[in-house]
Amino acid sequence: MATTEIRITGFGGQGVILCGYIIGKAASIFNGQHATLTQSFGPEARGSACSSQVVVSDTRVLYPYVTAPQVLLAMSHDGYMTHKDKVAKDCIYVYEKDLVRLEKHGPKTSAFGVPATRIAEDLGRKIVLNIVMLGFFAAVTDVVPHEALRKAVETSVPSGTEELNLKAFDKGYEYGIELKEKAEVKV
Amino acid sequence: MKADPKNVLTGAHYLDGNHACAEGAIAAGCKFFAGYPITPSTEIAERVSRRFPLIGGVFIQMEDELASMNAILGASWGGVRSMSCTSGPGFSLMMENFGLGLMLETPCVLVNVQRGGPSTGLPTLPGQADMMQARWGSHGDYEVIALAPDSPQESFELAVHAFNLSEKYRMPVLIMTDECVGHMTEKVVIPDADQIELIERRYTDKKPGEAWPFEETEDLVSPMLPVGQGYKFHVTGLTHDYRGYPVINAEAQHKNVSRLMDKVRKHADDIIWLEEKDVDGADVVVVSYGISSRVVQPAIQRAVKDGIKVGQIKMVTVWPFPEKRIAELAGKVKSLIMVEMNFGQVFLEMDRCAKGKCETYLVGHAGGTVHKPDEIYKTIKEAAK
Repeated sequence: MATTEIRITGFGGQGVILCGYIIGKAASIFNGQHATLTQSFGPEARGSACSSQVVVSDTRVLYPYVTAPQVLLAMSHDGYMTHKDKVAKDCIYVYEKDLVRLEKHGPKTSAFGVPATRIAEDLGRKIVLNIVMLGFFAAVTDVVPHEALRKAVETSVPSGTEELNLKAFDKGYEYGIELKEKAEVKV
Repeated sequence: MKADPKNVLTGAHYLDGNHACAEGAIAAGCKFFAGYPITPSTEIAERVSRRFPLIGGVFIQMEDELASMNAILGASWGGVRSMSCTSGPGFSLMMENFGLGLMLETPCVLVNVQRGGPSTGLPTLPGQADMMQARWGSHGDYEVIALAPDSPQESFELAVHAFNLSEKYRMPVLIMTDECVGHMTEKVVIPDADQIELIERRYTDKKPGEAWPFEETEDLVSPMLPVGQGYKFHVTGLTHDYRGYPVINAEAQHKNVSRLMDKVRKHADDIIWLEEKDVDGADVVVVSYGISSRVVQPAIQRAVKDGIKVGQIKMVTVWPFPEKRIAELAGKVKSLIMVEMNFGQVFLEMDRCAKGKCETYLVGHAGGTVHKPDEIYKTIKEAAK
């Protein structure tokens, strides 16, 4: 019974919830897994550090909340600082390289950073940084297959923006593949 | 009657419990919604407000919850399937007119996405502490039907079921969900319209002038009278006779209120919906509903691994309470455990029905989060001793 807990954190407005939604949708609709998404609903969801949580499993998710995530996807330093220690021993940190100053972590953890905001700006729209992060996530983790995530991106973004978002996804993915080839960065 | 394909969003979707509930209502043919926004129920209203214009429904944001409840009663008498949704404080405000709906025997569906209370409490966090309010929150004597979904998928299915029960028994039906289920997003499979069976409203077959709105029938459910077809009739919250006019005496009261009680009590076996697992031969049975019936499962699995004989009863319907089943089990098991997000509400019913024939335990807390499986596991261990 493989279960992976994922926490996505960032500023409200960065697309933290959509990021979780796409991972959950990719797993459950396009890859036959079970996926439960929960999210923060307080004032933090509107501007300051906010987070969404996804539990992905081969069997039905019985406990809906994340307790010790195996993946922490951080798009802001605040969010990273809030959640960085409440993770599994073998946690994979997937972070926005220019926004998060990575600290020391346990020996079994690994970390992969991507300049998602810069990549998104190069594409002409900073708003797609969360989708760049998702592409990067697809490359450096094996929770949900790349194809399922890509399909979930395509069917979840506002109509008319599919091309831009898929480009953002692909850019993030390519960056992740190259980084992985260069070897895992231990912190 | 099958659902209208125009209303049914057939396919696999990734939806939260509130959106799924709205889709269930729409699939069930709901065409009128009146409500006042309140966290954590607002997504139901939002979804309905976007979908209704596409299918010819009417959405009204009312001035408050009192008016919302009245509006859905009026719409139902106008011949339209109607619903509202709310949470704790709004549920309190709806209570008087919920009672009116019961007294007028008006089919409609009311969803309470429970949050932590009392008062404004915890708007963004879950609770299950309105369960006794659902049962007794309006004044007077009556029976209610309340359903509790444990997932977005079940939110869809139980919304359809709630409309069916409301038409079958001609009364408001409650969906008592909670913030966790309402805001949790999961895969929801919506079947083809021809796979969704709907119960049609029963109308009188008598002519105008010969029919009355509360005629006596064998099954205690009177056929309704259609509007706009020459039937002139009157309904009132005052105690009334079969004609719908006030009769203020003890005899009429006995007849009127007995029907409200008996139409649920005498059909309890039809209404009550329990999902049982490994209950036969169990020493301990964990009873729960809604999201709590889901988080108990890891605890049960762990206890079973320890060699404890544990069964589970998930109450899909919480009201009417499964008195007979609990009484029967109490004579067979060592312990019954109730798990709910309050300090003991439905537990009291379980304890009453057990009549001291077995030990009863409550795993409860004040709300704000779901139970940790650990707490439940510890109680199972103790209850098995």
